[in-house]
Amino acid sequence: MLQVSIYRYNPETDLEPYMQDVQVDTGGKDLMVLDVMELIKADDDTVVYRRSCREGVCGSDGVNMNGTNGLACVTPLSKAVRKNKLVLRPLPGLPVIRDLVVDMSLFYAQYEKVQPYLQNQSPAPAIERLQSPEEREKLDGLYECILCACCSTACPSFWWNPDKFIGPAGLLQAYRFLADTRDTATDERLARLADPFSVFRCHGIQACVNVCPKGLNPTRAIGHIRNMLLSRAI
Amino acid sequence: MVTSTATMGRSGLYDWFVQRVSAVILLAYSVFCAGWMLVNSGFGYAEWTVLFSQTWMRVFSLLALISLAGHAWVGLWVVFTDYLTERMLGPVGKVLRVLAEIVSAIIMSIYFIWGIQILWSL
Repeated sequence: MLQVSIYRYNPETDLEPYMQDVQVDTGGKDLMVLDVMELIKADDDTVVYRRSCREGVCGSDGVNMNGTNGLACVTPLSKAVRKNKLVLRPLPGLPVIRDLVVDMSLFYAQYEKVQPYLQNQSPAPAIERLQSPEEREKLDGLYECILCACCSTACPSFWWNPDKFIGPAGLLQAYRFLADTRDTATDERLARLADPFSVFRCHGIQACVNVCPKGLNPTRAIGHIRNMLLSRAI
Repeated sequence: MVTSTATMGRSGLYDWFVQRVSAVILLAYSVFCAGWMLVNSGFGYAEWTVLFSQTWMRVFSLLALISLAGHAWVGLWVVFTDYLTERMLGPVGKVLRVLAEIVSAIIMSIYFIWGIQILWSL
């Protein structure tokens, strides 16, 4: 039997959050953490969490498993469990709505700030704005982000200043459009990032890289943004 | 973008650049001082005075002192704006932060002026 300790909080009935211990029969299988959560919910349907695609595409079930953020649906027990124990908590740093569900408003507000859409004032061609294969290659490792928030909520700088520091997820997208040869708003985008918080609150500890379920590297993207800001200034 | 009133009108790039350049100068100064002490093992007050009586060493030391002040100011400002905030502590956060900034600015100014006094034996 797997020992699971799950974070519980219902603001309508609980004065404060608490950890609930449950035992789950996994049948000796190396299930995904989401499967275990489903087994718990089958016994107690008051347990609340987000989920949708259950295959690491939608980014809904980002949770903290034994201290590490990740997507429950693609994290096998063999990777998450330590000494037959699994501790499930909501993503850290964001307000908890209920149990494992967090309020992602701050996270989305930072995403919105980077204006994550192509900006080009020149008249659109008849079919599409073309890129060479080399130009398109620059977007690899950037566009794959599914906005699960595992990275930003693993970042201490985002914990302390979630209203000012854009965070690794937002900055990865900021660079995705800075690196796009079809986008012509580079100067305006960089000007909006030059303050001491938006980008420069990143101290390069790479907690984001460590947890990204898609294997992306926001720290490298942030480094590229810094270099662009530097070349623009000198 | 974070408004300039929230950041005391500072540029993130400028702060970042100051941190890097001052770190390099401080590293060079530390390595030089450690190396000098190794090469002149058993040195006394006389050798130390000769070293610091030379203008280049005074300029190098002053540069290290300026770097230390700049590095510490930017670093502490980052620490204060991480931990002493309204988000963490409520309205008292701002008061504590401004207080901490003023106290550290005063302490750093004292050390800086005192350092110049020592270097030039004023």
